[in-house]
Amino acid sequence: MIKICDLIVGQELPARKHTATNVSLFCYNAAIWNPHRIHYDEEYTKEVEGHPAIVIDGPLQGDWLCQTVLNWIESGAELLEFGYTNRKAAYLGETLSAGGKITFIDRDTGIVKVELFLKNEGGEVTSPGMATVKFRV
Amino acid sequence: MENLITDEALSWIGKSDSIIEVEVSRRDIIKYSLATEQKQDKFLKGDEAPPMFVAGLSREIVSLEELGPDGLAPTNFGPRLPLKRVMAGGVTFNFFRNVEPGDCLVFNRTLTGIAEKEGRTGPLIFVTYLITCKTKNGDSVLEQTQTRILR
Repeated sequence: MIKICDLIVGQELPARKHTATNVSLFCYNAAIWNPHRIHYDEEYTKEVEGHPAIVIDGPLQGDWLCQTVLNWIESGAELLEFGYTNRKAAYLGETLSAGGKITFIDRDTGIVKVELFLKNEGGEVTSPGMATVKFRV
Repeated sequence: MENLITDEALSWIGKSDSIIEVEVSRRDIIKYSLATEQKQDKFLKGDEAPPMFVAGLSREIVSLEELGPDGLAPTNFGPRLPLKRVMAGGVTFNFFRNVEPGDCLVFNRTLTGIAEKEGRTGPLIFVTYLITCKTKNGDSVLEQTQTRILR
């Protein structure tokens, strides 16, 4: 289990790649009850909303960022704060890479802050994020 | 830049939507966890909800006849705005308590801001909300600041 004494500012969080499929997007949008057509109707998405392809949900990208933190801390810390911004649309067929690094450590309180990113295959950040976690001290 | 936000629209700031109550089920947690490719057993078995699971719980559920041509539920809460295409913007959560099967959650959404900005391809309107989530006993579960972008 990860401990705060082992951490240094600038340390990278474990990276993970995510590739949404038609099926995974269907399951996700069914699970959250989101019938927005840009997530399953390609013709509508392109012709009416002007996207080049089916759009990967912003909150799904947010979840992938959140998992970057949760899978790093496991049960060694608790998530206090998490945020993200969908800066650039991501589309079906793209593989997105999630990662992050430590930006702040307070060993007295156990508070650790991280910045997070989700990048497309071109290296562009589609969704930056941040999180604050509290380790046991 | 043309002013797209009227005084009537601005008068919505501070108003709250009707309360949404949700009972959390293990099956719903599992479905969400599988769809989002969670790795931790507590999520995959539905013992605890992933933090972002809660984000979808306050979504409005309406009949199919009420859905708009874009597939979205009509936004009855909030002002009429001239831009109609909706994109998810940023969101920030403060977490106070885990969510587990059987929890009865109460969501309250307040419109906290409307602002116009110029995007690369034209005007954008940013609408921000504060969503609070508590148990029926009044224990805070989370607070969520959400931004929706209209283009």
